[in-house]
Amino acid sequence: MAILLRRSTSVLQSLKHKLGFWSTLSLQSSGGVFGRSRDQHLVSFPYNSSSPNILWIGRFASTVAVNHLDPLPFSDSDDDQQQSLEFPGGKVTYTSEMTFISESQEKRVPCYRVLDDNGDLLLGSHLQQVSKEVATKIYNDMVTLQVMDTIFYEAQRQGRLSFYLTSSGEEAVNIASAAALSPDDVILPQYREPGILLWRGFTLQEFTDQLFGNKSDYGKGRQMPIHYGSKKLNYVTVSSPLATQLPQAVGIAYSLKMDKKDACAVTYTGDGATSEGDFHAALNFAAVLEAPVVFICRNNGWAISTNVSEQFRSDGIVVKGQAYGIRSIRVDGNDALAVYNAISTAREMAITEQRPVLVEALTYRVGHHSTSDDSTKYRPLQEIEYWKTTRNPVNRFRNWIEKNGWWSDREEAELRSNIKKQLMHSIQVAEKTVKPPVAEMFSDVYDVLPSNLQEQEKQLRETIIKYPKDYPSDVPL
Amino acid sequence: MATALRSFGRRRWVNGSVCRGRAFSTNTTCDKLIQQDNNPPAPTPKSLNLYSAINQALHIALETDPRAYVFGEDVGFGGVFRCTTGLADRFGKSRVFNTPLCEQGIVGFAIGLAAMGNRAIAEIQFADYIFPAFDQIVNEAAKFRYRSGNQFNCGGLTVRAPYGAVGHGGHYHSQSPEAFFCHVPGIKVVIPRSPREAKGLLLSSIRDPNPVVFFEPKWLYRLSVEDVPEHDYMLPLSEAEVIREGSDITLVGWGAQLSIMEQACIDAEKEGISCELIDLKTLIPWDKETVEASVRKTGRLLISHEAPVTGGFGAEISASIVERCFLRLEAPVARVCGLDTPFPLVFEPFYMPTKNKVSSSPMLITHFVLCAEMWNLELILAIYTTLVFACLDAGTGCYKINCKLLAAQKQLWFIVKSDQNVNLYHIQASKEGELGR
Ligand SMILES: Cc1ncc(C[n+]2csc(CCOP(=O)(O)OP(=O)(O)O)c2C)c(N)n1
Ligand SMILES: [Mg+2]
Repeated sequence: MAILLRRSTSVLQSLKHKLGFWSTLSLQSSGGVFGRSRDQHLVSFPYNSSSPNILWIGRFASTVAVNHLDPLPFSDSDDDQQQSLEFPGGKVTYTSEMTFISESQEKRVPCYRVLDDNGDLLLGSHLQQVSKEVATKIYNDMVTLQVMDTIFYEAQRQGRLSFYLTSSGEEAVNIASAAALSPDDVILPQYREPGILLWRGFTLQEFTDQLFGNKSDYGKGRQMPIHYGSKKLNYVTVSSPLATQLPQAVGIAYSLKMDKKDACAVTYTGDGATSEGDFHAALNFAAVLEAPVVFICRNNGWAISTNVSEQFRSDGIVVKGQAYGIRSIRVDGNDALAVYNAISTAREMAITEQRPVLVEALTYRVGHHSTSDDSTKYRPLQEIEYWKTTRNPVNRFRNWIEKNGWWSDREEAELRSNIKKQLMHSIQVAEKTVKPPVAEMFSDVYDVLPSNLQEQEKQLRETIIKYPKDYPSDVPL
Repeated sequence: MATALRSFGRRRWVNGSVCRGRAFSTNTTCDKLIQQDNNPPAPTPKSLNLYSAINQALHIALETDPRAYVFGEDVGFGGVFRCTTGLADRFGKSRVFNTPLCEQGIVGFAIGLAAMGNRAIAEIQFADYIFPAFDQIVNEAAKFRYRSGNQFNCGGLTVRAPYGAVGHGGHYHSQSPEAFFCHVPGIKVVIPRSPREAKGLLLSSIRDPNPVVFFEPKWLYRLSVEDVPEHDYMLPLSEAEVIREGSDITLVGWGAQLSIMEQACIDAEKEGISCELIDLKTLIPWDKETVEASVRKTGRLLISHEAPVTGGFGAEISASIVERCFLRLEAPVARVCGLDTPFPLVFEPFYMPTKNKVSSSPMLITHFVLCAEMWNLELILAIYTTLVFACLDAGTGCYKINCKLLAAQKQLWFIVKSDQNVNLYHIQASKEGELGR
């Protein structure tokens, strides 16, 4: 919070500074290396544009966006035009000192939190108003997510599901970020964020139906388990290829901006996926197009077996925002209250200021990467254990609501057994529900069935009649 | 066999687990293989699955060339398919390492490494995730030599990626993207069918002075087990292999699909259709001559692959063989392939080019007569008491007359023409108007 304030002050300062610079330039026509007049200045742009005025405005706007950067660590020289280079994008001061910017800051960017490991409110922390109702719903949903993970993981082990992937350890990022958003905000998930759907009212039956790929699955049984999606809940269907959702989120945000909606796009990424080109494209697009998008990176330390130390050498993800001209914050992802605070503020800034914000949530993937993985092959058990117990986000939040007198052991036991029962029931229902009919294999490839698919469907149906035993009996013809 | 396969099929989607039925055995080619070595030491074949054979090849590649490197996402701990197990321990983390999660980075880095005279062996975790690297492969690796007038090359580059169906992979863990890469002059595309083939072809790919994209059939990683010689051996690229000899039809495939096709051949053979099965192995530049020679002998061609039929590599083979063997063809070239849909999860059994889709292909069993329209029914019946030319393709002019012929005959004789002699095959017509087998 404090950092943020400091940053915004510097934004203001540099904004004033820049505006002063540009007005001086246009009024007095006192150019630098690029010429004396505004037009001459334009001519010297290394770009070709048929409408220089539009280009001018565009450049000006982007200058505003990037100039909150403090000119660190070089000495702040005076405003002497002789001592500075007017360069497209803004003035650059000269220095005779040859200094390389260090590869890292001396100190790592601190991690914003509100609750300590015991769930006690830290002294001096500013707390957004969280009502008992919201707090207990956050807790409720975190527990629900835990029970879901336990039961579905087990169902996969029993061979009833082909695949599953838990969110264990990341319940707080999941639920508290969802709680801080409005239902109109469009979510583009990676895949370890089912909590947002849960918060928005996706039922346990709806989750289960997707996992079983039955007739009630909105994805019509076409994708692997955990690839949820809900148009109704503004949750764009999960896609396995990593980071692809990030630039898409910027496009969605840009549309919300053009439509003047009181909503933003919110997209999630793992630490690993930030290495993909799409992550970098997305940040840059978001900054340049001033798109109201919140990037939430769940830095859980691992991308399958790859530790963050093999993934990047920056101070995590948070520092990458500044390089692209994006405001950023690092938050304790296992502190639901801190996540809630940070995301609601980020959302507010994204919408009111029409700009992207990057949030890095430090958390930990307590479970295996997926049911296809055995994480004890590549990471120490003690590390897992530490995050499972000492740094458990659900326990921490429970301590806090308990201390507020909002929760009791009795409610806890009731909740867990209730969710478990509901899940057992929804699994039974999902298992009994037939698969989508075979026609659904051909639909939705395009809006309408082209002739090649019509022909292939006809041929397939003939083959099925000839060799019925080749085909599963639970898929209706 | 048929029963075994069917029960395999059932297990596949009920449990989501895969079955032994898919495993491919190449007992027949064992001897041939060892002969292909120039100086074979005393062969010491050991039973290995496919991922272990790949692992052995990588060990050998790193051992025999100090300038060889293996890297990619999660390869350090052995890779998600265990292909790189033990390599980092043995050869050190500077030669075998995890990369950041970025396919374009992996391939771009690999091109640079290869351009400096190294053997860069890059792993893409799934073929479905090769597309971020498409630009590096298509525009860079493939043209590095050509565009520089052979001043530079990245021939030491090999990109390995698991491809194909696995029973429960859905859209993004099942695709067969080989055709995209077959449209790119400058790279080679290689796909092995079994552990022994995988080891020999991978070593050839790594040592080939051209960039190679090497797709590994992930369904077979554990399932396919065969004796694999322990020593360092290579199998030639751009050489197809006849893995089953026959005289009535040529079947061409690669990778995991060959085991399906082999089972179809066995079924067809029981019905008196003699099938010649060819493993193409290298898709570009491909061994047209072997396929052509076979089709000249059999007069028929069927191609089968998992990738969608439209624009698949089968189309290229088909066009080339029609160009070269038009007058020898006795039936249209058949393609039994994946359907033109994204790879679907619960519909996978419907999507796949199954054994029965292959063995019941009309091009395999129907005889095509072009001039039947000119004949009248009575005349045919008078001349041929037991022999007819029958074509049951509804799209051809003789369809109607042939159906009448079928109705009139208790038994249907097929005639298969070839230049020198006339072979007769007897096929039962089980029902009137319908061809039984
Ligand atoms: C483009 C692409 N490359 C590789 C993969 C395979 N893959 C799936 S998840 C994963 C690790 C992702 O790690 P991270 O982004 O940190 O997310 P986490 O699983 O930790 O939540 C990898 C490599 C993929 N899905 N997409
Ligand atoms: Mg991660």
